[in-house]
Amino acid sequence: MTVPPLVEIKNLHVHFSVYGGQLKVLDGVNFVMRSGEKVGLVGETGCGKTTTMKAILRVLPMPPARIPQGEIYFKGRDILKMSEGELAQIRGRGISMIFQDPTAALNPVFSIGEQLEAVIRYSSDQKKPLSPQEVHQRAIASLQEVALADPERLLRSYPIQLSGGMRQRVCIGMALATGPELLIADEPGTSLDVTIQDQILRLLRKLVEEKNTSIILITHTLGIVREMTDRVYVMYAGNMVEVAATKELFASPQHPYTRGLMDAVPRLTGGGVSDGIPGRIPNYLNPPPGCRFHPRCPQAIEICRREKPPTYKLSEAHEVACFLYADNGKGTQSS
Amino acid sequence: MSTLNFLVRRIIYSVFVLLGLSIVIFVIARIMPGDPARMAVGARAPQWVVDRIREQMHLNEPLPVQYGYWLRDALRGDFGLSLVTQRPVTSDIREFFPASLELVLFSGFLSAVGGIGLGVLSARYKDTWIDNIVRLFSYAGVVTPSYIFAILFVLLLGWALKWFPIIGRLSEEVTAPPVVTGLITLDALLAGQFGTFLDALRHIVLPALSLAMGAIAQEARITRSSMADNLSKDYIASARALGIPERIVMGRFLLKPSLIPTVSILGLDIAATFSVAFLVELIFNWPGLARYGMQSMMHKDLNAISAVILILGAIFVTVNIVVDIIVAWLDPRIRLSAARSA
Repeated sequence: MTVPPLVEIKNLHVHFSVYGGQLKVLDGVNFVMRSGEKVGLVGETGCGKTTTMKAILRVLPMPPARIPQGEIYFKGRDILKMSEGELAQIRGRGISMIFQDPTAALNPVFSIGEQLEAVIRYSSDQKKPLSPQEVHQRAIASLQEVALADPERLLRSYPIQLSGGMRQRVCIGMALATGPELLIADEPGTSLDVTIQDQILRLLRKLVEEKNTSIILITHTLGIVREMTDRVYVMYAGNMVEVAATKELFASPQHPYTRGLMDAVPRLTGGGVSDGIPGRIPNYLNPPPGCRFHPRCPQAIEICRREKPPTYKLSEAHEVACFLYADNGKGTQSS
Repeated sequence: MSTLNFLVRRIIYSVFVLLGLSIVIFVIARIMPGDPARMAVGARAPQWVVDRIREQMHLNEPLPVQYGYWLRDALRGDFGLSLVTQRPVTSDIREFFPASLELVLFSGFLSAVGGIGLGVLSARYKDTWIDNIVRLFSYAGVVTPSYIFAILFVLLLGWALKWFPIIGRLSEEVTAPPVVTGLITLDALLAGQFGTFLDALRHIVLPALSLAMGAIAQEARITRSSMADNLSKDYIASARALGIPERIVMGRFLLKPSLIPTVSILGLDIAATFSVAFLVELIFNWPGLARYGMQSMMHKDLNAISAVILILGAIFVTVNIVVDIIVAWLDPRIRLSAARSA
């Protein structure tokens, strides 16, 4: 008996119906992680990182979103086939999520206490419900955990009365209050200034390590990935284009997109700003055929325009979806 | 403290609004063709009687002074005599207002419950046949005037099926309860006459529902679209992601923010029913304020018209204050920013 992976996504497609057609956002995403891993997910804005993560928790707004094909397993069970009741067991206690923008993720018309206490009440064992006093105590403990002063007053406050940094801390506290096995952190602190962002990330790392929580960290800041994760997925326009151990990825990025991404990071040691990757993420209404990256790829060859590249295994943990590596490794056709 | 502050400021503003309205009413009443004194005594009265009445009504004074007298009397509740009923306007209104109030309260209740209920249903079963039926009803309801519904209900539920009575506030054989509030349903309950209460309730259902149909349709539409908008907000995804059960997400975390626009419109709709109730009151022979006001206008009964308009203005203002309080209670952003700017 092998232990199933904590999360496994197979060939996930997500489309959004819009006026004028279907946005084919996710185009066969594959992803796998074991329990205890800290996995990074990088890629430019709009590449489908958040959509993938929301799909895991089935919190995509459907409609307009729909999932024409794909499977998402959590500890061996397909989330997409679960009933509402089974799903309720997974959400919160199994997987919880910190959303990108803490201001949007907090309900503007409920106090912090009303929101946090609801999360705590419903993520506890429903057969032995907590008393209101216990819920309140745990809410206070959650806020103290994320280093927020005067939790009693904070519980009575509304999101509008809090600073951006405090809202982000509240969101982290809320996501961890359920005691999840897996935490999905979607660009935590992106909307904050750099010093606060740094504090938030340090806090998040400390809490995740203390509780031994598995984490998927979404970001487009490569420095954070380097510091906080064991393994990294690189995503481009709805596809996972490369995955490797963090160290290896930074030492020898293989996919032309990953290389471009790394070059795009300005270095503090000087040398000027690189040109980055010319062009933009494709239009999902009419994505380019073949490899979705080929219009921007400096090394594109004939086949890239026609066929979608399979994933080539370069080493045990290093895979890349690019025809340039067709000779180096054994190709495993995905879908 | 902040809520009190907010309330006091709102009331002060409202006083100014009503003062402005009273000036407009007064001026319109005075520039209308015809001599109020002559109208009061009739066409055949001799000129010296008219002159004496002019003196009594201060009609020879400058306009601002006249307004001062008029306002003083109005504040005392004295709007003069009605030309039609030959009774003080105030006692007419005391008689007709409770009937209208009762009607409007019931129709407001139906609008709130029906509108929000249908809106929630429609949003919950978005893009299914339930939603489609509610949306169809909403479009039809918004564009159909209330008297059409009144006639339909009278024909169908009153005349053909005989489920509800179609005339007046009580059946003939039922004696009215002692007048306490003037709302027959409430008075009956206060007097412990349960049978009378049921009879009054059966009488009010059709007129109240006719009046409420437009508002129900409007509220359902607004609630539905507001819930549908908010459904794709991150705070809903977040509540779901953190394991809050769907019924709590929908019934609490989605409903409360979505009700804010509904309540604002509902208030206006309820206040408006006072003035648009005329045809419905006529069809159901309901002795209400709208019918009285309309009759006054037909007869150029200036004293009565001024009083009715001023009362309608006061109702609009009061309903607006109530709506603002409810919205502030629903939405801390308004509450807190009002407190800050105070």
